[in-house]
Amino acid sequence: MSKYILRRALGLIPTMFIIVTICFFFIRVAPGGPFSSEKKLPPQILQNIQKKYNMDKPLMIQYVKYLTDVARGDLGPSYKYKDYDVNFFIKESLPKSMLLGALALLLAVILGIGTGMISSLRQNSFWDYLSMSVAVIGISVPLFVIAPVFMYIFAMKLQWLPVAGWLDDGGVKMLILPVVSLSAPYFATVARLSRASFLESLRSDYIRTAKAKGLKTSVIMFKHVLKGASLPVVSYLGPAFSGIITGSIVIEQIFRIPGLGRHFVQSAFNRDYTMIMGTVIVYSLILVIMNFLVDVLYGYLDPRISYK
Amino acid sequence: MNKDIILKVDNLRTYFNTDDGVVKAVDGVSFELSKGETLGIVGESGSGKSVSNLSVMNLIPSPPGKIMGGTVTFDGRNIFDLNEEELRNIRGGKIGMIFQDPMTSLNPFLRISTQMIETIVLHKKVSKDDARKRAIEMLELVGIPKAEKRVDDYPHQFSGGMRQRVMIAMALSCDPEILIADEPTSALDVTIQAQILELIQDLSKKLGTAVIMITHDLGVVAGMCDNVNVMYAGRVVEKGTNDEIFADPKHPYTRGLIKSVPRLDRPKQKKLYSIEGQPPNVIDLPECCPFYPRCEHAMDKCKTSYPPAVKLDGSREVSCWLYEEKTSGK
Repeated sequence: MSKYILRRALGLIPTMFIIVTICFFFIRVAPGGPFSSEKKLPPQILQNIQKKYNMDKPLMIQYVKYLTDVARGDLGPSYKYKDYDVNFFIKESLPKSMLLGALALLLAVILGIGTGMISSLRQNSFWDYLSMSVAVIGISVPLFVIAPVFMYIFAMKLQWLPVAGWLDDGGVKMLILPVVSLSAPYFATVARLSRASFLESLRSDYIRTAKAKGLKTSVIMFKHVLKGASLPVVSYLGPAFSGIITGSIVIEQIFRIPGLGRHFVQSAFNRDYTMIMGTVIVYSLILVIMNFLVDVLYGYLDPRISYK
Repeated sequence: MNKDIILKVDNLRTYFNTDDGVVKAVDGVSFELSKGETLGIVGESGSGKSVSNLSVMNLIPSPPGKIMGGTVTFDGRNIFDLNEEELRNIRGGKIGMIFQDPMTSLNPFLRISTQMIETIVLHKKVSKDDARKRAIEMLELVGIPKAEKRVDDYPHQFSGGMRQRVMIAMALSCDPEILIADEPTSALDVTIQAQILELIQDLSKKLGTAVIMITHDLGVVAGMCDNVNVMYAGRVVEKGTNDEIFADPKHPYTRGLIKSVPRLDRPKQKKLYSIEGQPPNVIDLPECCPFYPRCEHAMDKCKTSYPPAVKLDGSREVSCWLYEEKTSGK
């Protein structure tokens, strides 16, 4: 098992290398650059700036230089915000996005599995129909609709919660609306997934055996059903986390949260090469690590899977 | 008659509500089980053998299943009057159960030790360490080599036959009075089948456990049962001791069943015997003998009413109009 984990962890390196390479050249292929603006710069000044950022060198040289910098953990200076480097922005904004995403995913998983469990135990009851209808709404209504609706109801009309901002503007209650809105679609999917797999597990032969042994329903649910039934949910967690990250770009915009999503979008508009690269690297690193963790967790949950 | 009756099933009826109508899976089944007895319940697929025994444990999935009537008396009390907790004490504690498919009947996500210990702790009220010792002891008893080590394995690390041994060990670990074996060998190789049957027979004798052996295999019944119930379309059509049933089957269905068993000691036939036709659809079955369309002795009477159970000499009972006439003629 530990051998497998080590091998998988080492496998992350080539994956990241490929992502960085493809991204680097794709950005350069796109027309325009960080210094092209409506007002044309005098050629001499442009040349000086390009020289400062090594952009006058051949592309391959720039690529190799960038790669060695990244390998050392240096994502380079921002082309747009002079005097700041990309590491600074990421260090400042990533924890906020991570907190938002992790809380939303945690909420989605706990509530989703709980709802799915109760729905499967009371299949075709009023509760089952109600929660599954809510889940369909959660899946089909996009985040940029859910978030403003929540904002309108709970912040504007009822005035229970602040409209927008981050922790320093008003403490923990600032988190509630963005976390709840961001988790809504994931809660819905987890609820439907876990309901289905709980139902399947409840009908299985080994649960019949557990019942024939005289075990309590609570023991059957948490000890015998949960482990197997959580597998589909666990395998959904990898893609879900990537969805949470892209979703959080929308949420961060709506709730004015100074997270990484803002930089991700802005840097693309600014053609801020290093900034785009930096955010892409961070996002893809989170993604591959999450998928890696899901695989490891899967092997831990299902003893029939043996990693060699 | 029999002295120590420990389980008495009386006029049990279990129906399933489906989209196509009401399936009368078990429709008026009665039988008795005495201490240490091995009772065979034989019948085709869908004849209600499994459902009647799941009903005994009150384990019918509901909905769609529903116990419509009848009583199951165990320890002097009707199982259907017990509350959830009393029922749980019986399940696994007083009545152990093993199932057809050992590949799916053990939880693949939990170690054998976990699954066995939880049962023993629950019913025997002992410490986890003692339960573990008991689990290893039981595994040794059913012939699992290196039981002390293997007890911590997962089900997928055992072969099918070994898993069925584990199931037997688990079912017997709490010294149940009754072991219900629901087609315990149908999913196994023939060579393993014999070993498992022998094991059940040996252990039940050693531990004094009564066994209900549910099977569609007459060979299994002939080899190990004291008494036999033959089921057809949700009802018991014939009852008797092992010798009676095999030496002198009364019901045309039983005769057909015994004739259908391929035999090596008979001259080679061109074609194996089989009962003509299909088992009836038990949805909205009319009031008739469900076997009459396939019966070579079918009479007009068979098409209009179900024959009552007629007691013949000894412990025999048969539900067929052929015998009704004979007894009334006497």
